[in-house]
Amino acid sequence: MSLEYLVTRVGQLLLIVFIAVTVNFLIPRAIPGDPIESALQTRIAMTGSTDVNVQEVAAAYRAKFGLDKPIWVQYLNYWRDIFRLDFGVSLVDFPQPVISKVQAALPWTLGLLGVSTAIDFTLGTLLGALAAWPRAPSFVRGLLPPFMLLSAVPFFLLAIVLLSIFAVELRVFPPGGGFDPVRIVRFNLPTIVDILYHAILPSMSLVLGGIGGWALGMRAMMVSTLGEDYITFAEAKGLPARRVFLWYGMRNALLPQVTRLAVALGSILSGAVLVEAMFSYPGLGGLLVGAIAGKDYFVIQGIVLMLIVSLALSLFVVDLIYPLVDPRIRYQR
Amino acid sequence: MGETARQREGETGLLSPPSAPADAPPRPLAPSSARRLRGSGRWSGSLVVGLVILLAVLLLSVVGGWLVDPKDGIVGAVTPSQPPSARFLLGTDSQGRDVLTMLVLGTPQTIRIGLTAGVVGVAIGLVLGLLSGYFGGWFDGTVRVLSDALMTVPGIAILLIIAINVGHMTPFLMGLTVASLSWMYPTRSIRAQVLSIRERPYIAVARANGASEAEIVFREVMPNLLPFIAASFVGATSGAMLASVGLEALGLGTNDVHTLGTMIFWAQKYSAVLRGQWWWFGPPIAMIATIFIGLFFVSAGVDRFANPRLRQQT
Repeated sequence: MSLEYLVTRVGQLLLIVFIAVTVNFLIPRAIPGDPIESALQTRIAMTGSTDVNVQEVAAAYRAKFGLDKPIWVQYLNYWRDIFRLDFGVSLVDFPQPVISKVQAALPWTLGLLGVSTAIDFTLGTLLGALAAWPRAPSFVRGLLPPFMLLSAVPFFLLAIVLLSIFAVELRVFPPGGGFDPVRIVRFNLPTIVDILYHAILPSMSLVLGGIGGWALGMRAMMVSTLGEDYITFAEAKGLPARRVFLWYGMRNALLPQVTRLAVALGSILSGAVLVEAMFSYPGLGGLLVGAIAGKDYFVIQGIVLMLIVSLALSLFVVDLIYPLVDPRIRYQR
Repeated sequence: MGETARQREGETGLLSPPSAPADAPPRPLAPSSARRLRGSGRWSGSLVVGLVILLAVLLLSVVGGWLVDPKDGIVGAVTPSQPPSARFLLGTDSQGRDVLTMLVLGTPQTIRIGLTAGVVGVAIGLVLGLLSGYFGGWFDGTVRVLSDALMTVPGIAILLIIAINVGHMTPFLMGLTVASLSWMYPTRSIRAQVLSIRERPYIAVARANGASEAEIVFREVMPNLLPFIAASFVGATSGAMLASVGLEALGLGTNDVHTLGTMIFWAQKYSAVLRGQWWWFGPPIAMIATIFIGLFFVSAGVDRFANPRLRQQT
């Protein structure tokens, strides 16, 4: 891995973080009106509560952001706060800091997303490879079209359908949440089982919707890989079919899949946020629904920033371990 | 310089040797491709299937628009929470609105949002792609780095920030909102194609004949881009519709106009799923799924024009 590549890649990471922070800073200021006061007013009109003093909270915010200062000073201050992990306080659960809410939600999202993506990537890739393999049982090819149709449907719609079938009609899975509400979450076996039990439906909607895309891409790559001369050679040599399939075929067709995984992570994350919203999962998506309903402006900003930065970081890591997946890749121009 | 190995690999795949230069243009398009798009009996099956599905959806919403009374879509217009019956074909929601009416009124709005964003996204992509592909230079570098960076951002994050700041959301504004992230793929695919077209002999011939740069761009390059513009348009429209339905389902849609996404939001907000009111959340889900499956077929069909390489693999 060349130093030049590393520098370019770090530059891209910084650019994404820069865009995220700048968009977060600029867009609210580009819209006329005072976002803080109007957000507070809306909230109070909605809840009818009188225990929040709008003027006081808004004034505190203005002083904190230095909204009377020139815009570039505000911008620099905004960056300073970000580096201190200070995203402001929640308006709904005043004065709980935004960062603590986001921090509590992030592991749920990463866990759900990571496990589901690993499952659907593996199953989809295998299905696609088998669909291109002439000796595969014929039912495998029959599986492909239904999964492709499912992949055209947004994840969160599958989530609603699964919810209604398995949680409401059949009552075999819980209708939402991340764990039993009466459970005290500790690190022990019943808790883990409970969390997994609650994660099955949300992750099933991500997996069912994800398999088709991976299978389609893998099938195309596998078809062209199986046409290579070294496959014919391996077969002529009398190698067992399993070995030809796994090590001569799949191993070589796999790389573009990993590439696609890196590119697709952003849209998978967007989909997962919506699925969480449908299940009131305690991750960022579940937090987001409450924040939007309550016009909890700073929580939404915190979630947005966290989504962008965590994805940018994971893509960065994927890019760095890339040469390990395939030694043919060398980072140079 | 801003291009990473990942994206480079993503464009060329393994079909070209890994040692190929990073900016190698994609394989030249067969010269007859524009003619093929006009339909010399080469319409692929999936394109026809997709178009039939989408036309059926449009027809349904147009004809339905004559039959329903828009007043039935207002809160409290009809008896709430009725299952489907002869009077209410798709039942009513718990707010006293007729589900069929909302569905018929909402479908064209959702399609309009998608088309608005598709047109805007492809228009931006066409301008940026042409300029950066044809003229190169610092402009090309900026466009490429920016579109690369935005492509890896989870779209919903940026759209959220825009949507919560739009004071009064309308379907048109929703279209513009989601369009803000639907120009990157069109830009990249058009740019890549322009890079390849730019080097063709007929461009050199035109230049030798004294054609101006503008003439070359509009009369020589543009016609050969048509299949790619069509493919990007389908992709951008479908992506934008997906994003808009998602934003609306989160509660960031229009309050006074029915769309399929806001129907999902209300159904979700009033726990239609937990109450077993399948006639409420079912129809918008079925309609959205139908539209996306139609778009999926159309894009599979259009890709055959835009990417001749696909045709060789069964």
